[in-house]
Amino acid sequence: MLSISYNHFFILSVILFIIGCFGLFLNRRNMILILMCIEIILLAANINFVSASIFLKNLDGQIFSIFILTIAAAEAAIGLAILVVYFRNKGGIDITKINELKD
Amino acid sequence: MLLFKLLFFIPLLSTVITYPAGLLINDRASQIISSSLISISAIVSWLCLYNYVNDDLSPFVIDIFSWILISGSYLDWSIAVNPLTLLMLTLVLTVSALVHIYSIEYMSHDKSKNRFMVYLSLFTFCMVSLVVSDNIVQLFFGWEGVGLASYLLIGFWHHKKTANNAAIKAFLVNRIADFGFLIGIALLYIYSDSLSITDIIASKDYLKSIPINFISIETDVLTISCFFLFIGAMGKSAQFGFHTWLPDAMEGPTPVSALIHAATMVTAGVFLTVRFSELIVMSDFILNFILVVGLITAFFAASVALFQKDIKKVIAYSTCSQLGFMFVACGLGAFNVAIFHLITHGYFKALLFLSSGSVIHGVHDEQDMDKMGNLFSKMKITTIVMWIGTLAIIGFPYMSGYYSKDLILNASFNLNEWGSLVYILLAIISAMTAFYSFRLIFKVFHGKYNGNYDYEKIHESNFIMLIPLFILSFGSIFAGYFFNEILSGHSPSDFWGGVIFLSNETHPHSSIYAIFSKSMITFAILLCIYMYALNLEKIANLKKQFSKFYNFLLNKWFFDEFYNKYIVSPFYNSGLILWKKIDQNIIDRLLPNGSALVISKISIFCKKIQTGFIFDYTFVIIAGFTFFISIIFYFAIL
Repeated sequence: MLSISYNHFFILSVILFIIGCFGLFLNRRNMILILMCIEIILLAANINFVSASIFLKNLDGQIFSIFILTIAAAEAAIGLAILVVYFRNKGGIDITKINELKD
Repeated sequence: MLLFKLLFFIPLLSTVITYPAGLLINDRASQIISSSLISISAIVSWLCLYNYVNDDLSPFVIDIFSWILISGSYLDWSIAVNPLTLLMLTLVLTVSALVHIYSIEYMSHDKSKNRFMVYLSLFTFCMVSLVVSDNIVQLFFGWEGVGLASYLLIGFWHHKKTANNAAIKAFLVNRIADFGFLIGIALLYIYSDSLSITDIIASKDYLKSIPINFISIETDVLTISCFFLFIGAMGKSAQFGFHTWLPDAMEGPTPVSALIHAATMVTAGVFLTVRFSELIVMSDFILNFILVVGLITAFFAASVALFQKDIKKVIAYSTCSQLGFMFVACGLGAFNVAIFHLITHGYFKALLFLSSGSVIHGVHDEQDMDKMGNLFSKMKITTIVMWIGTLAIIGFPYMSGYYSKDLILNASFNLNEWGSLVYILLAIISAMTAFYSFRLIFKVFHGKYNGNYDYEKIHESNFIMLIPLFILSFGSIFAGYFFNEILSGHSPSDFWGGVIFLSNETHPHSSIYAIFSKSMITFAILLCIYMYALNLEKIANLKKQFSKFYNFLLNKWFFDEFYNKYIVSPFYNSGLILWKKIDQNIIDRLLPNGSALVISKISIFCKKIQTGFIFDYTFVIIAGFTFFISIIFYFAIL
């Protein structure tokens, strides 16, 4: 019988983190995917915190995960707001149009 | 004690506060402040001389503050109080004060009066620190300071191209000579291990005893260092070869010519020679060299002055010639006579310059003597003071030039065999002096008016300009009589107190010589009156007949042309090649511009990485972060 150990939680968080990161730069289409990837990365961090807190028998990590949830909500709100403004200005949410850093 | 210190600090104070005063209040305030401060210092200088003589003091040195630490002991700013410096200071400060007052009116139409007064005060301060210094370094500071002030004042009207060129010329010629002076200082310091003039003079026997090989000429240190000091003196005093800057310096305002290029700065060379007289008399070679240079300069400058057209150039060449006379006196070992002539010359030459300034002011900035004439009926007072100055310079009996010039002529018998030759040469030069001085008088003040400027508008200068002229004419008449007995009477050592070398030689000579010199001068005056007052066609004919000779003199022996062709233009052209070809084409192209080009090529390549897409940057950040974290963990595990 396969038992689930702490390692599995950590590996899960690492896999989620890597998926999030790759999603950030492999995605070339729209901005909502970026926001989703960021949420995934934050989720990976949350899983890491919670499992570490249980592993260390310390509640601090769980408190932190609640903070992170709040911040993730705030960040999502700001990100969506930027998205709306961007949509109004450019007429779409295609990120290949954000290349004004060049020159 | 305080009086002597005041001498040093009042000109400094004037230099420092004049400009701010002019900015905060107005130009008039700066003129009044600087003139009154310098006048006070002039009065103080006479008080100091009077106290010194009256109290029978012996020479001493006041240290003001320590300046440079050299080999364990400090070099001080100091005031050397001795008869030579005090006498020199009375001349410098008196003429300077009169010129300050004169410039109030002379520069009244100029825009930057304030700047002019500051430069004059700066010059006075530098000249004072030159004269009073007890060590050669402070002397060199003053020497360069007066050179700077001279440069600034020659180029005062900097919108005129000729003034700028003249200023640069004066500066460059002086720097060449000053290099000689610097070598002299270095030699004296290396061998006598002291910079104090008193110490150097004390070690003269030691200096004389050290042999030295200078460009394969076997000689001794004393001779060679005196030679280089004299090169410096030649530059400052515009002696033959270095004289070309002095006539061009007349581009400056006339008060400047009177103060710097006649009465004070150009005599600094003579002052230096006299200050080191104890050293110089140790070497016969140097004495003869000074004598020959002085004679050549006196003759050359007098011959050029004969037919110059510009009123100021005549007086400038006359100054050059008189400086030659002073060096002749030095070369003959009669240093007290050189200083005597320096003092009297200071008064009458300043008078001549200031009255010619009054003429130039009156005829509205015209300097060509051919365009003047008959100014006597318009400017009577200027004419009279100009006559006084002229009589003083030609040595009219009982005027100041009479005593000092006569003493120089008599000193020529210090040379035993060649004495009479030198005497005759000097007598001929004096006759030339008389000729050109009277020519100036007749062309400017008498005869008929030939100018373009409206004759009716010519006016006498106002009293602010005339007061200095009165005081200077007083000096020109009585300075000789007053100083004659003190400086070179029967026992001059009472006054000089061992500061300068005094020769006790007296040589009997026939009175034929005296009659000869006087009759030469009289003949020259009569010739001049005949040619320039009575028979004007004669001189025009002679000019045509001897046109080559006339042009030779008019063009100053083609000295400027010679220097331009063989010295200035080779240097200028090689500078042009170095600048255009070597500097711009090779060095600039390879090093600064080349490296900039390489950087710009590299950055154009690097720019391709920058896509501007946010996901590319994210990739780089994450990849880099991962990479460095991996490295850290890799080494942490090891």
